[in-house]
Order: sequence, then C-alpha cells, then structure tokens
Amino acid sequence: MHRFANPARFLRIANALLPWCVLSTGLLIATGLYFALFVSPADYQQGETVRIMFVHVPSAWMGLGVYTGMAIASAVALIWKHPLADIAARASAPIGAAFTLICLLTGSLWGKPMWGTWWVWDARLTSMLLLLFLFLGHIALSNAFDDMERGAKSAAVLALVGLVNVPVIKFSVDWWNTLHQPASVVRLDGPAIHPSMLTPLLLMAAGFLALYLTILILRMRGEIAERKIRVMRMNRAAEGEPGIVAAEQGG
Amino acid sequence: MSEFLDMGGYGAYVWPSYLVTLIILGGLCVASWSGMRRQEAELKSLQDDSPRRRRNRGGA
Repeated sequence: MHRFANPARFLRIANALLPWCVLSTGLLIATGLYFALFVSPADYQQGETVRIMFVHVPSAWMGLGVYTGMAIASAVALIWKHPLADIAARASAPIGAAFTLICLLTGSLWGKPMWGTWWVWDARLTSMLLLLFLFLGHIALSNAFDDMERGAKSAAVLALVGLVNVPVIKFSVDWWNTLHQPASVVRLDGPAIHPSMLTPLLLMAAGFLALYLTILILRMRGEIAERKIRVMRMNRAAEGEPGIVAAEQGG
Repeated sequence: MSEFLDMGGYGAYVWPSYLVTLIILGGLCVASWSGMRRQEAELKSLQDDSPRRRRNRGGA
C-alpha cells in the first residue's frame, strides 16, 4: 500500500485510470438507463414507480460504501499518517453526501405514491438522514481549523465513530418495524428480485461506482494541488517575501 | 411517447427522481472538475513565477 503513498506515483496511476473510469461510467449508466426505463417491466404491486428503485437503491449502496471507505481511509490516516489516505477521505465526503442526498430525495418521491407520505421518522429513514449529517459534519470539521492537520484528525475521528451507523442502516429494516421494505438483493438466501429488474439495478450500481472513482480522482488531484500551493506559499512566507505574507493573511 | 412519459400515472414521481439524480451528480462532476482545474492552474502559475525554483529544477 505504501507504494501508492507517493503523490507523484499516485497521480501517474490515477491519470492513467481516469479515461477508463469516464468511459465505463458512460457505458454502464447508458445501458443501465436503457434497461431501467425501456426493458424492465413494471412491478405487479408498485407499477411504474418501481423504476425509481434504479436510482434510489444504487445511491443508497454508494452512500454506505463511500462512508465505509472514508472510515477505512480515516483509520489509515490516523494510524499510519498516510497523506493520501487523508486526501482520499476528504475527497470522498462530498461524493458520499451527494449519493445519500439522492437516496433520501428519490426515496421521498417513491414514498409519496406508495406509502402515502413523503417522510416518516422510522429507523431506516432516520438512520439514512444521520448518514447525510455525518458526511456534512465531516466536511465542516475538516475545514473548521486553520491548522489543516487538526481538522483532518477531528474529521477522521468523526468518520470512525459514525461507522457504527452503517450496520444500523443495513439491519434497521430487520430490527425495527418500518414502512421500508426489507432487503431484496443483499440477503443470505440470494436475491429475491427477478433478473429483469436485477440487471438494470446492478448496471446502475456499477455505473455509480465508476462515477465515484472518476470524481474521486478529480477531487484528489485538486486536493494534492491545493496542498502543494499551501506548502509553496508557506515556504515563501518563511523566506520573507512581503507580498506573499500579506496574501496569506488576507486569504 | 406520451404513455411512456406518463409512467402509468406515476410520471410526476418517476421523472423528478431521475432529474434530481442527474442534477446532483452532474453538478458534483462540474464542480469537482472546475475545482481541480482552478487549483492546478494556480499551482502552475506559482511554480512559473518562482525563478529560483525553476533554476533549482533545471540544475537537478
């Protein structure tokens, strides 16, 4: 893993991967949408609203997956002081927040016609809202200190503490009474969903994963450049270039 | 076509779901891309107007 610790090497690998990530995002989401909107049938109970599932469920998976990845990166950053792990966690938080927000909004749009309400304060919905707040808290905390390292450390601790919410979300539909339906794909006895619906679901999920990697690379590149800028400014300020010092204080 | 857009009477819920997904993910892509371009351009301009640094690089 430490072979990837060097930002220069990381940038080389990431830049080589980027076009492939973009390409697979486009292909997977395009075919996924085709199957979701044209090929897959309406549900016998939920009618055409079941098509909301093809954006709702993959974004829920991504919200949980990105959070777990962010927590792992935070642990690596705390234990081994790995600079790229910190950058990866910081770059992941807004992406995870976006997927979680999509999950909540599309869930609301699905809940209204099927449950008769936009929102209920039950275990699944509330724990998912908490996930959004954990992402937003991570973003806020990592930007809250003048000292970047302190901010990164507090945000990493928050990410690890909040990890307890992930299994709560997953099993909330089994542990508590809820309007939300139980798992139909990730379950011990195999998926309880017809292939005609499973295909677009998995295609969209793979497309979202490729999109996550694409945006992650873009954000990590931006973050690495930002850190280099900060180091250069600090070095110049230390050398006593008055213009730069003033700009630093102003910014 | 209008039957497809109607989504069995649920068009008002199905299409906004896809639209919201498109807006949020599209917006995040654009913001991340332009943010990266801005930082990398700023880094380049800092490196370019640092003659001493360039000399060091040339010597290395």
